Amino acid sequence: MFQGASNFAKGVDSAFFFIFAISIFFLVGLTIVMIWFMVHYNRKRHPKAEQIKDNMKLEVTWTVIPLIIVMLMFYYGYAVFKPMRQVPDDAMVVKVTGRMWNWSFEYANGKISNELVLPVGKAVKLNLFSPDVIHSLYIPAFRIKEDMVPGKDNYMWFIPNIEGTYEILCAEYCGLRHSFMEAKTRIVTEEEFQKWFAEETPIVPEDKGLAILQNNACTSCHSLDGSKLVGPTFKGLFGSERLVMENGVEKTVTADSTYIKRAILEPDKEIVKGFAPGMMRAYDKVITEDDIKAIVAYFESQSKLPN
Amino acid sequence: MTSNNSALHPGSYLDQQGKYKGILGWLTSTDHKRIGILYLMCILVFFLVGVTLGGVMKLELLRPGEQYIDAQTYNGFFTVHGIIMIFMVVIPGLAAVFGNFFLPIMIGAKDVAFPRLNLFSWYIYIVGAAIAVLSQFGGKGAPDTGWTFYAPYSIDSNTNVTTAVLAAFVLGFSSILTGLNFIVTIHRMRAKGMTWFKMPLFPWSLYATAWIQVLATPIVGITLLMVIAERTFRIGFFDPSLGGDPILYQHLFWIYSHPAVYIMILPAMGVITEIIPTFCQRKVFGYQAIVLSSLAIAGVGYLVWGHHMFTSGMSDFSRMAFSFLTFIVAIPSAIKVFNWIATMYKGSIKINTTFLYSISFIFQFMIGGLTGLTLGALATNVHVHDTYYVVAHFHYIVFGGMGFAFFAAIHYWFPKMFGRMYNEKLGKIGWAIVFSGFTLLYFPMFILGLQGMPRRYFDYLPEYSGGHFISSIGAFVLITGIIIMVYNLFRSAKKGELAPANPWDGRTLEWTIPSPPPLENFDNEVVVTEHPYDYK
Repeated sequence: MFQGASNFAKGVDSAFFFIFAISIFFLVGLTIVMIWFMVHYNRKRHPKAEQIKDNMKLEVTWTVIPLIIVMLMFYYGYAVFKPMRQVPDDAMVVKVTGRMWNWSFEYANGKISNELVLPVGKAVKLNLFSPDVIHSLYIPAFRIKEDMVPGKDNYMWFIPNIEGTYEILCAEYCGLRHSFMEAKTRIVTEEEFQKWFAEETPIVPEDKGLAILQNNACTSCHSLDGSKLVGPTFKGLFGSERLVMENGVEKTVTADSTYIKRAILEPDKEIVKGFAPGMMRAYDKVITEDDIKAIVAYFESQSKLPN
Repeated sequence: MTSNNSALHPGSYLDQQGKYKGILGWLTSTDHKRIGILYLMCILVFFLVGVTLGGVMKLELLRPGEQYIDAQTYNGFFTVHGIIMIFMVVIPGLAAVFGNFFLPIMIGAKDVAFPRLNLFSWYIYIVGAAIAVLSQFGGKGAPDTGWTFYAPYSIDSNTNVTTAVLAAFVLGFSSILTGLNFIVTIHRMRAKGMTWFKMPLFPWSLYATAWIQVLATPIVGITLLMVIAERTFRIGFFDPSLGGDPILYQHLFWIYSHPAVYIMILPAMGVITEIIPTFCQRKVFGYQAIVLSSLAIAGVGYLVWGHHMFTSGMSDFSRMAFSFLTFIVAIPSAIKVFNWIATMYKGSIKINTTFLYSISFIFQFMIGGLTGLTLGALATNVHVHDTYYVVAHFHYIVFGGMGFAFFAAIHYWFPKMFGRMYNEKLGKIGWAIVFSGFTLLYFPMFILGLQGMPRRYFDYLPEYSGGHFISSIGAFVLITGIIIMVYNLFRSAKKGELAPANPWDGRTLEWTIPSPPPLENFDNEVVVTEHPYDYK
């Protein structure tokens, strides 16, 4: 938890320590006073209350001293925060896209990965994008977080300073699979990074259709291996007989190219039996005609593989 | 809870009055006390529904992975839990129940300024609540946006978001009209001789609250209408794919919803300020400081909404300005805590259930307030923003603060409202279990948040399972305590000892009239000459 894995971690942790120390002092002090009063001035021991006059000096004291303390806290918080918004010029830029419900990281050379691989000790700037709803990129070990707001260019930067693998979480509620929207950041040596960076990306499949499915996060809800997620699996889809509900009426359709196209553009029209409507958005302005053809081609190629 | 008391003394507000009998007599009564009881019963029901939803969520989170409910159901549960608890329990809460019942009595009036409007406000509340309940069923399922309805998710979601938003919109009107009623009542109906600075502090806190209700609620009303318009007619206010701005939504939403926190907590502070002097038999310390701090909270509270948006991509200058203002608003709250504790100094303290709830209010309010400092500071906010740390913080303020003040208030005024005493022993046992359960439930969430556990997660990574386990155990303990407390109150209302007019030796006007109070409170016109907390 308190491993200072980025250049900001130490500052943030010391700001926590500063505020907590003062807070605990006041909390414990006031609680002890309160309990002491309850014991010492208990009615059994102290049957007659003494009336005390208001005291202006006391009121001013306990207004001014806390005011000074919180101004220090404000300043401390601001001073540590300020550099988080000042990106060094030599920072390596990575474009991050967060969508329902996965992450992808695009590097300067066009390499796309679903894992954020970074060289240790080097400044990196993440440009944050979302094509659908608000997400928030959070790396607890680095003490950083910033929302990805559709239609708005947000950014964050940091220097990872300990090699290792850390969690990337989505901190802004984004719907059904919000809590499963995870990725990893792997911090490696400069040499390892250069080697990885130059490599052909193994995760971009040769098949264009599969790449489109993964980049649009289709596979977050529709598995490739037959397991049931939010939506029906893609395994064995092409050419299969599908039992669907259309306007509450059951019918059987064959999963051909027109069916697949309909399912992408108007997902709520025919719902595969056993699944809930309203889970999937319509992709009519997102996935192009050509892309749909590529997706269909991918499904067709899968159906020809020996089982 | 109300039928057996009519024999206590003739002419009590609990006796039949007007032309209708039984339940209809209650539903048509414009008596502020009866309306207070109507709110109390509704709020109790909604509170228990909210608690049940929370309990099921904690059961699901007992262990990682899916146990009893699926992710969509869970998302619906935390949304509905939020909508019920915020809009139907804590916002009306103290003001609608104890404000209605005791504000007129404490200022020496026979009723509020507009009794019919008062009853109308309750009906609006019921309509709003009914719409909220309706949104849970039918259509495409319970809303799943969280109670904050953040765009563009709330624009895209296919669930019953429109109905839920409409419910919040309608409930807002109830709040505005109650606020308006209280402002006029306090200005126009104070007893002869009760100058502003001779008014008790609970009415003062209601006065500060009422201004927030009247001025801030319309903003959320129009915002929610914009969401409905955008969902229905695809007008692009907030969804960028329609040309809107999601950040604009957050500003508009929090301009109301942050002051709404003060709508909840100011009356809670007012209640505690009544209870402490009574059980210490001492003049409240720093009367004027407490009044001014209430007004300062109501004023500065308007200007801090941006601290909900420190990671939203808002301009860096705004982040700094809102952080600064947030620290300023901490001061009047601190002043109140110091004055409460100073009131105990050299008092003659009677420790009973009411007082124990009040002391735990102060303790939990301090934890809630002090952890708010790490959320107000920019550097630390970035780490814990939208994590369990925030969940713990606002439950410490809203439940540990407002909720415990409500429990304190119901015990404090119980003899006056129902003419009978609650069972002290069972009350203390209930308090001990509620307090321990609360601590077990919410304190581990601070640790989880610091470890990086984001909020609104159906499932979690294995490293967070220890904290979640303890927290879930706490939830079950807390629910047990709440059941004991509610049982004790219901039982005491029927079978408790008869209450005298002034069981706690209080000095404010409600203790000068019989328990339960007669229909129009006072037989003769009230003339006030002394300060409200003049103990000899």
